[in-house]
Amino acid sequence: MANAPHLLVHDRRDNVGVVVVENLAAGTDMLCVVTEDNSELRAVNNQEVPIGHKVALRDLGVGDTVVKYGQDIGRVVAPIRRGDHVHTHNLKTKRW
Amino acid sequence: MKLPNRTIWGYRRENGRVGVRNYVAILPLDDISNAACEAVAAHIQGTIALPHAYGRLQFGADLELHFRTMIGTGANPNVAACIVIGIEPLWTQKVVDGIARTGKPVAGFWIEGNGDIATVAAASRKAKEFVHFASEKVREECPLTDVWVAAKCGESDTTTGLASCPTVGNMYDKLVPLGLYGCFGETSELTGAEHLAAARAVSPEIAAKFMQTWSSYQKDVIEAHKTSDLSDSQPTKGNIAGGLTTIEEKALGNLEKIGKKIKFVDVLTPAEAPARGAGLYFMDTSSAAAECCTLQAAAGYVVHCFPTGQGNVIGNPIMPVIKISGNPRTVRVMSEHIDVDVSGIVRREMTIDQAGDLMIDVIARTANGRFTAAEALGHREFVMTKLYRSA
Repeated sequence: MANAPHLLVHDRRDNVGVVVVENLAAGTDMLCVVTEDNSELRAVNNQEVPIGHKVALRDLGVGDTVVKYGQDIGRVVAPIRRGDHVHTHNLKTKRW
Repeated sequence: MKLPNRTIWGYRRENGRVGVRNYVAILPLDDISNAACEAVAAHIQGTIALPHAYGRLQFGADLELHFRTMIGTGANPNVAACIVIGIEPLWTQKVVDGIARTGKPVAGFWIEGNGDIATVAAASRKAKEFVHFASEKVREECPLTDVWVAAKCGESDTTTGLASCPTVGNMYDKLVPLGLYGCFGETSELTGAEHLAAARAVSPEIAAKFMQTWSSYQKDVIEAHKTSDLSDSQPTKGNIAGGLTTIEEKALGNLEKIGKKIKFVDVLTPAEAPARGAGLYFMDTSSAAAECCTLQAAAGYVVHCFPTGQGNVIGNPIMPVIKISGNPRTVRVMSEHIDVDVSGIVRREMTIDQAGDLMIDVIARTANGRFTAAEALGHREFVMTKLYRSA
């Protein structure tokens, strides 16, 4: 599909999106689609990121809240640059 | 799709409920009666044994749950008739009496004073009668909404919240207003989205009942038994491999499967049958797939929708479990397990609305008799929930 997105974002308020293609090479100029309203944006991923994993849409500092679905999904525990892979190494739950 | 008039071909049982399978179940009251039940099932074709691990020296709420699960399983409309075998007559009869309230054929046998061989002989003779009874049952046309449909997701990843759970949610948004009974559970996996789940209750009273159930699971199960935090179990290793990082993120994806519009009408205890009429119900369950599915089947649900990201392979012996996945890799590398491929959603080739229609279509075809992937592959996970150690 010519217009298949690389990254899906649930909500316009989100600061992360989800990679939905396999074998995403570092430095890809990603087509990102916000599923809420089908709007599009571009972002570049700094590392190889597996399908299903998250990429930051903006710079985030330690203690910042990561937002997905327009909701709080945890706190940043290591600095994150726009385009970085976001996972257990830099994001932790606030619940336990 | 003309939803309000959609029909399926099902088995109308004595109590009016609709079944989509036609089992003669051989149900052990307790662990030590498994061997006799399996012997009957090996002897009489068209029967299915339901071995499990418990049933001795349980007490209190745990014993009540055991009986509720046993009786509910035998009473499920996918079961045409049921044989119960226990070690002794009294508890066996209690389960027989509970199942008999549906009006279906049921008979109990016990091993003490008889031995396995005589018990198996007597139970086999009755099971053969039941097979003749069941195999003469003819499917009849029934409203699709007479098929009670439960849901639970497993081996979730981020595609679960993007595609497969919203697919099930869209189905519920379309069918529940027409009179479907729905059910979701997974008390611990709503952590992080419990406030959003509570907001989907039909009234402040039901919202309070939900929060009370969620809080007591946190207090009595999680806080009482955790050794560090739950990071090693929730999210699971499979969830993390699939890109889910925190329980909040997992919960928000999980909740997508109850749709956007409908409200849940009551909070059920484990294996409790819904009693407030058609609608969506929340059931207090573990988030372990086989435990949750077993409880939902015992509450009377006859078809199950199971969104999966990384590829859970769960089935249930009496309730067909339909797998839905939106992960393009999973539908490729585990294709034999996936009934509904909604990976087109993440490629923007398929809308959630189209996926919901596809879900409804597969529910109808499954209800008509089409085997699910789990049925074809022989997945019959029957797992009792146990609340605490036996006496």
